[in-house]
Amino acid sequence: MVTNSQHISQQFEKELEDIRSLVLAMGGLVEQQVNNAQEALMTADSELARSVISLDEDVNELEVTIDEECIQIIALRQPTAGDLRLVAGILKTITDLERIGDESVSIARMAMNLSEKDRPKKNYRELLSMGNHVQGMLRDALDAFARLDIKQAIRVAQEDREIDGEYEGIIRQLITYMMEDPRTVTKAIDMMWSARSFERIADHACNICEHVIYLVEGKDVRHLSLEKMEKVVKKAGKK
Amino acid sequence: MEAVKEQVSTQARAIDIESMQRSQKLNLADEKICLEVKDFNLFYGSKQALHNINMSVAKNRVTAFIGPSGCGKSTLLRCFNRMNDLIDTVKIDGQMLLDGQDLNKQSVNVADLRRQVGMVFQKPNPFPKSIYENVAYGLRLQGVNDRETLDRVVEKSLKGAALWDEVKDRLQESAMGMSGGQQQRLVIARAIAIEPEVLLLDEPASALDPLSTLKIEELIYELKEKYTIVIVTHNMQQAARVSDYTAFMYMGELIEFGATDELFTNPTKKQTEDYITGRYG
Repeated sequence: MVTNSQHISQQFEKELEDIRSLVLAMGGLVEQQVNNAQEALMTADSELARSVISLDEDVNELEVTIDEECIQIIALRQPTAGDLRLVAGILKTITDLERIGDESVSIARMAMNLSEKDRPKKNYRELLSMGNHVQGMLRDALDAFARLDIKQAIRVAQEDREIDGEYEGIIRQLITYMMEDPRTVTKAIDMMWSARSFERIADHACNICEHVIYLVEGKDVRHLSLEKMEKVVKKAGKK
Repeated sequence: MEAVKEQVSTQARAIDIESMQRSQKLNLADEKICLEVKDFNLFYGSKQALHNINMSVAKNRVTAFIGPSGCGKSTLLRCFNRMNDLIDTVKIDGQMLLDGQDLNKQSVNVADLRRQVGMVFQKPNPFPKSIYENVAYGLRLQGVNDRETLDRVVEKSLKGAALWDEVKDRLQESAMGMSGGQQQRLVIARAIAIEPEVLLLDEPASALDPLSTLKIEELIYELKEKYTIVIVTHNMQQAARVSDYTAFMYMGELIEFGATDELFTNPTKKQTEDYITGRYG
């Protein structure tokens, strides 16, 4: 249960509000990273790819800042109940965000590799579609966090299966290319890594959704099947 | 061979984790019940101070009452050893059972009840006597005067209250010369000297500095092996630290009662959440 009444301590209220906004800012940066990394991959833009890598410093810095703020709050305010879950949820969420940043850096690196090679356009179509899908999930996960919307969180978690399917499809396709023409191996491997990174980003987006469910409902839904997760949330919602 | 070893060690680890998890989850349904409150109402004159309270206090556990000033938590605590008998205007109805016996029945001897249910107050109230006599007081009242028995009980009680090492060389000195934290532990030693079943603590650490507070908390943790403890505290972090079960009261009503872990991380009622997180509705 998260209440919308105000703290007696306005300062505490503000501190919690501040870390939430910092997380959303960090989410915004990471979204931009993923978006640019994908763009760089599709258009062979190594300049853009480099910008993704340099943006990662900001993301890392934000992670450290938010971490410190959370520790401060725990030490000075001893948050309980919803406040405690918010702080704990944020500590976990930023780890996932930072990892998403790292994954987009690896996509950017692959984009730089691939920008120097011949590019048959159609090979990228599936990757583009998967990337768009993953970006949508990330956006929705951050939305769920911003609005503390557990229904949205569940929807995002449901999409992960589709991503896994798309990922497998891409891998199978790339394996076929490599068997048909061994000269494509280096390129195909770079693309595989990119696909892998997108798939990992989707996983991190799901993790964020699990944190959202925890901080709203106080239910730990990690490591549960989707069906069980839905059941837990439904039960909590009735309370 | 290596693989087998590894498998065995993972199995061992798995068992370990399971037993650890089991010890963490508390459920009132699995507990032996020491005190039971049923449909309990209390009036000060025409003003109702407790509204239809229903709850159970588990044996050998620490149960904490939290809530804002005037919510009735001390009033309820005082009912457990009939301290409210001293106030003429108090009327009660409903039941309060100690080991299944209604403790408000006319036939119950109040002095006996208070021997079974000891109480420690917010301000330490040692008697203006020696440290030794303070602890021995309850036994002397019961007619025990045998020196050997008294020596033994005094030492045991002071040890039980984690005070022995600090005072063993000055047992004959006045208790009034002790620090506040020591006095409070002395009062606890006095309460446990007569081996009560239940120990009621009304804000036992609110007048103490942080270190003495921690000592009292540590003591509470040790005491629950032998006694059932009910504690009223304004300090929520303290309630969270020392208690197994927590009851949140508001305006004379019991709003929420459950395992402390659960109540402080995920309360079910909005009022509880607002109170423990420091909000107003």
